[in-house]
Amino acid sequence: MLSLGLLILNGDKKVIFKSSWLPWVLIAPQAFIILVFFFWPATQALVQSFQQSDVFGTKVEWNGLENFESLWRDDTYLASFKTTAVFSILVAGLGISLSLFLAFFADRITRGAWVYRTLLILPYAVAPVVAGVLWLFLFSPSVGLASFMLEKLGVQWNALLNSNHAMALIVIASVWKQISYNFLFFLAGFQSIPKSLIEAAAIDGASVWKRFWTIQLPLLTPTTFFLLVVNTVYAFFETFGIVDATTRGGPGKDTAILVYKVYFDGFKAMDLGGSAAQSVILMFIVISLTVIQFKYVERKVNY
Amino acid sequence: MIERNRWLTFLTHLVLCIGVIVIVFPIYLAVVGATHSSQEMAQSPIPVWFGSEGLTNFKTILMGEGPGVTTQLPVSRMMWVSLITALCIAFGKITISLLSAFAIVYFQFPFRKTVFWGIFVTLMLPVEVRIVPTYKVIADFGMVNSFAGLTIPLIASATATFLFRQFFLTVPDELTEAAKMDGAKPMRFFWDVLLPLSKTSMAALFVIQFIYGWNQYLWPLLMSTEERMYPIVMGIRSMTAGADSQIQWNLVMSTAILALLPPALVVVLMQKWFIKGLVDTEK
Repeated sequence: MLSLGLLILNGDKKVIFKSSWLPWVLIAPQAFIILVFFFWPATQALVQSFQQSDVFGTKVEWNGLENFESLWRDDTYLASFKTTAVFSILVAGLGISLSLFLAFFADRITRGAWVYRTLLILPYAVAPVVAGVLWLFLFSPSVGLASFMLEKLGVQWNALLNSNHAMALIVIASVWKQISYNFLFFLAGFQSIPKSLIEAAAIDGASVWKRFWTIQLPLLTPTTFFLLVVNTVYAFFETFGIVDATTRGGPGKDTAILVYKVYFDGFKAMDLGGSAAQSVILMFIVISLTVIQFKYVERKVNY
Repeated sequence: MIERNRWLTFLTHLVLCIGVIVIVFPIYLAVVGATHSSQEMAQSPIPVWFGSEGLTNFKTILMGEGPGVTTQLPVSRMMWVSLITALCIAFGKITISLLSAFAIVYFQFPFRKTVFWGIFVTLMLPVEVRIVPTYKVIADFGMVNSFAGLTIPLIASATATFLFRQFFLTVPDELTEAAKMDGAKPMRFFWDVLLPLSKTSMAALFVIQFIYGWNQYLWPLLMSTEERMYPIVMGIRSMTAGADSQIQWNLVMSTAILALLPPALVVVLMQKWFIKGLVDTEK
């Protein structure tokens, strides 16, 4: 996502071309796709969320806020909200702290840093589904290496039966996948802090530990906040593949995050009105997150 | 390095080594898993060193035939679908974003700001939040199970448009003046001056968008109902659909390697542009 400075049309060109038709032709492909595949479906979701259709889709009638009210009364939906909240707090919290930790050390390295960097950014290239499959394998109850080790430690691991295990599995896979991204932004943040600042503190006798807490971490606040928003969006919307590859929302519905539920209710359970109402709620969540990002995440990193 | 502290340097390398090992281990284990037979992979603990069945496994999945394969679509076909999809999405996004950024920066036209904000708002409407109605639109167009359906709806891009707009704003006006003086038409200026200047931004965006396209999952899940249009990330998901003990992990891991190899190569070999693309699109 982008910072607000980008959006203000201030830097207008003084020298421009004149044509009454050419700009429209140039904009047409993008405009067409946006109107047909973004705005039209979004409007449809909004309309359908106030409608009720029967199983065969032959009769459609308006029912006001009924879809939203029944969501509110639906325990599985509220549970899904809670699951998503727990999941995204864990993913954002663990992902950000682990990558901050790694970036802090990577920043100290002068020689051979690219070797570590290259290996640490690999997970970014791995598709969420593939990441899910890799971790599913490690934690497979019958042959998984990690579950084998856990069993030696006395833990009967089975993500298919135990919902805490299932949650741990999707959190680990999601954090693993997102660490590369966070790491690169923290590393850039660390490297943008003037060396003279650190040196001055060192001369005054501040230890590495103290310098981190009093200089580096405060200066990284904008980066951290930016990553907090990005990681929340990631946990909410981009982890569908991970959930679908590992737990499929189970056991029961214990790892069915909101996006998974929209998909399931819309395509498997064929509840169009309910799914549309869920879509509308999700849209509000994305819009609020974007607004938060644009309002409060102005100066992120001082490159 | 501010101070010389041997212990601290040792600790730094130790932490990073442990970090790297933990991060890379799942990928390493996938490579190992891809080199064993299904019998070896069905016992616990599974081997942690390379076996000798790698060639057989890759041949089996690429051809879609061999021991233990039941009417499985050849993975080579899935990789082809993924490749075409990823390339169309990357080039499509870059093309239409270049054109719209050119229009927005170099022309004055009514509703210019409205168009700009319209593109911006798409950031807030990811596919995930409007799954069912978007599927209906595509179905009405008859685009299910086609490359057009897999790619076109995904090539609108606010981030790429803003990136190019930002870049065009830094191009000196003198260049435009000179081109106009020489009697160059707008498209000629676009083609001969702007495009060559935008090469770095295009490379950076290509890396990001190729990975984005290759790794698409939810969209093909809706679009591809026939096996012949399965991209590889969808194929791998269908291979793990059975009960835990019946999954043929050696074949699943061979497929996983093939699924992550192209984007991983792009990231590693084009690392400079990858980092630039990542940081620039977020700025």
